Amino acid sequence: MRSINYDKIVMEMAKLCRDANYFLGDDVKNAYDRALAEEESPTGKEIIEQIKENTEIARTEEVPMCQDTGVAVVFLEMGQDVTVEGGGLYDAINEGVAEGYTSGYLRKSMVEHPFRRKNTGDNTPAIIHTKVVSGDKLKITVAPKGAGSENMSSINMMAPAAGEEGAKEFIIDAVRKAGPNPCPPIVVGVGIGGNFEKAALLAKESLLRPVGQPSKDEEIAKMEHEILDKIKRLGIGPQGLGGTSTALAVHIEVYPCHIASLPVAVNINCHATRHKSIVL
Amino acid sequence: MSKKQLTPPLSDADVENLQIGDQVFITGTIYTARDAAHKRLVELLEEGKELPIDVKGQVIYYVGPTPAMPGQIIGSAGPTTSYRMDPYSPRLLAEGLKCMIGKGTRSKEVKDAIKEQKGVYLAAVGGAAALIAKSIKKAEIVAYPDLGAEAIRKLEVQDFPAIVVNDCHGGDLYEEGVRKYKK
Repeated sequence: MRSINYDKIVMEMAKLCRDANYFLGDDVKNAYDRALAEEESPTGKEIIEQIKENTEIARTEEVPMCQDTGVAVVFLEMGQDVTVEGGGLYDAINEGVAEGYTSGYLRKSMVEHPFRRKNTGDNTPAIIHTKVVSGDKLKITVAPKGAGSENMSSINMMAPAAGEEGAKEFIIDAVRKAGPNPCPPIVVGVGIGGNFEKAALLAKESLLRPVGQPSKDEEIAKMEHEILDKIKRLGIGPQGLGGTSTALAVHIEVYPCHIASLPVAVNINCHATRHKSIVL
Repeated sequence: MSKKQLTPPLSDADVENLQIGDQVFITGTIYTARDAAHKRLVELLEEGKELPIDVKGQVIYYVGPTPAMPGQIIGSAGPTTSYRMDPYSPRLLAEGLKCMIGKGTRSKEVKDAIKEQKGVYLAAVGGAAALIAKSIKKAEIVAYPDLGAEAIRKLEVQDFPAIVVNDCHGGDLYEEGVRKYKK
């Protein structure tokens, strides 16, 4: 059994939080360039230029690209032959989040209760999803998620008869209803199948894919392409002020489901689709 | 679409001069407030009490910045989604507030109040938080420090960039813009 030190996890987690908020991935930057080339609206082009400039300021000055540095959504892939030495894994993750959000001058956006709404002061607790996998490594991914886009997400437990067309319609409608609120150009994460919570989790996980990388399932990849094309025709555009670059990509993940179910979840991400990983 | 300079406090004439799609650059004093601060302001008005800031002719920017790093005036400071302020905005417009800056659509009640009270709603580019911070030259908390990122701040800005979305003539760029590019 291989072991990883608690303090090492805290340190790496803190760095991931800072890096994810300062340094946007090349996958997203390349998607901006594609959007800029395609955008038909002059205002839309100007907005994409501003977003690109913002990304550069954040990178060179090491400051948060967006003031909403989000909820720390953490995905763990824990090898079954690895153990943590010196403390609990989730404690290490939360300590790392607190350390990263404090030392990195990131905004603390978590409140301790949905109604009483007192800020926890260090952006904990993180929302942690864990998978146990084979091997002796620990992969940590953080995807800081702002509320502007998260609040525009939705789920629909559809009748199987709705089929692919029904699912497409629901996804496009979610983007139409969201309009300018989730900071377009957006990335549309979709989970289809599983059950109520599995579909939502699939939608969130799909956002971890490099932006614009199609599904490995050819039929699903075709569906992603078709939906993206229809979303571009909605006219919402950058920041919702009209234009063709409403979304940078549509990512769909699917899973087996019950004979009577067709769950479809849409999790929208803003143009700052942040995710950083490390393998320990 | 034309480029215009705005210097608060704003008059009816300043606001009447603005059309949807105009790119505006604000120089001078503006205030920040989000939902928690709005709730307190409106509660004070309902109790007939005085506000901690005079909103007449003023601009409120919906933002909760990141903490300032050593040597920074303010942290990253992009707009937050405006609909959360919708329940409170008509009351503040009635009190003389002239301009709101945020992102995203407003309710019918807010749009009606913008027309009736001669106000204007501007959008700043959501997520362009590091870029927008460059236009902020001074920042000071003037009310509700207990709200942290959501405290009311007085900002001195220079050429703060925004776009007119709802003008006092009933125009709505979110509707117009989408209509133009819908296929």
